[in-house]
Amino acid sequence: MPDPFEPLQYAFVQRALLAAVLVALVCASVGVFVVLRGLAFLGDAIAHAAFPGVVIAFLLKVNIVLGGSVAAVLSALAIGAVARRSGLKEDTAIGVVFSGMFALGIVLFSSIRTFTGDLLGILFGDVLGVATDQLVVGSVTAAIVLAALWIIWRQLVFVSFDPIGAAAAGLNTLRYDTLLLGLIGLAIAVSVQIVGVVLVVAMLVTPAATARLVARDLRTLVVVALALAVGSSVAGIWLSYYVNAASGGTIVLVATTLFGVVWTVRSVARSRAAAA
Amino acid sequence: MEQPPVIELHGVRAGYDGRTVIDRVDLTVRRGEFVALVGANGAGKSTLLKVIVGLLRPYEGSVRVFDSPPGNGARHLAYLPQAEQVHWDYPLRVEDVVLMGRLAHSTPGRGPTTADRSAVATALGRVQIVDLARRPIDALSGGQRQRVLLARTLAADPELLLLDEPATGVDPATEEQLMSLLGDLASHGRTVLVATHDLAGVMAHFPRVLCMNGGIVADGDASILRDDAILRHTYGGHRPGGPEHIADEHHA
Repeated sequence: MPDPFEPLQYAFVQRALLAAVLVALVCASVGVFVVLRGLAFLGDAIAHAAFPGVVIAFLLKVNIVLGGSVAAVLSALAIGAVARRSGLKEDTAIGVVFSGMFALGIVLFSSIRTFTGDLLGILFGDVLGVATDQLVVGSVTAAIVLAALWIIWRQLVFVSFDPIGAAAAGLNTLRYDTLLLGLIGLAIAVSVQIVGVVLVVAMLVTPAATARLVARDLRTLVVVALALAVGSSVAGIWLSYYVNAASGGTIVLVATTLFGVVWTVRSVARSRAAAA
Repeated sequence: MEQPPVIELHGVRAGYDGRTVIDRVDLTVRRGEFVALVGANGAGKSTLLKVIVGLLRPYEGSVRVFDSPPGNGARHLAYLPQAEQVHWDYPLRVEDVVLMGRLAHSTPGRGPTTADRSAVATALGRVQIVDLARRPIDALSGGQRQRVLLARTLAADPELLLLDEPATGVDPATEEQLMSLLGDLASHGRTVLVATHDLAGVMAHFPRVLCMNGGIVADGDASILRDDAILRHTYGGHRPGGPEHIADEHHA
């Protein structure tokens, strides 16, 4: 039996755990709205659209979380604007904007040779390679997202639940929708370093989706989503240390497994209740 | 003494996506009035309510609510949308939804105050669903949902209430209660407009009726509903102004 606390003696593991917990908190709380409003595809798209921002940041030698944030937030707002102004359906607008941004990232990326090692990190996450300055930028961003959510929580719930009623009550629904898109963008940008562009949507959606299976009220939904997200992140990093696998993928697999378990248990419980 | 006007519309034409649903609407509603809007589906009842609330900007004409442009008076106004426009599958409890009625009064970042809590309790009592306060909303019947939305409207403690078919899916006894509750609010100085299909209920409760068909075709006391010519104009397919008036109302 290996010592379960052995990984903690390494500074890089400590940083990884801290970063993963931050990401879990931010993604799960924003993810509550992603799941309630059916924005999973949008989240995935924004994650891919952050890619060129990361590449540009690398080229300009600035913080890549910053670069990713700018690209993610800009593309989130661009998707909203294209969908509103073009008359196209939102998923079409998403498809156009995100593939264009991702392609820009690939073209920029292919023009530089020295990048190869970091590409895998951006695409699939490199939580064990989190540097202190990234942790600082990530913490500040996470604090901003959580504080903003705290402040506009009740308004966001009203606007999501009943947009017409909210508008009639004098709430500026467009402003709140735009703020939510911006927050999703920021949440994704802090998470790219941990789980990578390809898997970020899992952090946003899976814990909140699992919580949605069991929660009958919003408070329970949030608490369960946060607990599942933090639990998956810590367990994922710990497991990946011992099986020597990619930590981003392991985190997501733990979260997905938890979803499967909860769903199965609920289905069994329901069919028993129906039979009784 | 004549009460001050709460709603004033002059020459209003409005609709959706360039189509006209209501045209040449002139309307003055004074404080404390209790007004029914009747007419077939697509006659423009919801459209008129949305123009007054400020959700829909008219193509032409002037709209004043509390002597301001519509939308500016949101704090004094509560609107009950048709129940099917709301996400009833959300993990919310009845009291959470009713509490939303108080948001127009609160600043972002603030939790519910004691005044908010007591307004919610009062509103739940008025529509007689105090026992449902902790019930998840996905477990409610159609009539219960309607009461929840009405409680949310009442919790806002508005000067002006605009209700779009509040009696949908409600049994006759409950509808009777709802209408007397609304009439009671009007007699206490609230101004109440209700879109409804229930002509018998209108005759029993409402002192003023607007018959709608692409605009207001008749405006008077409930006795106008016994006038065959007016009923034909309202329901008989004599739609003034041609086919563009037949446009369905948007309920989305």
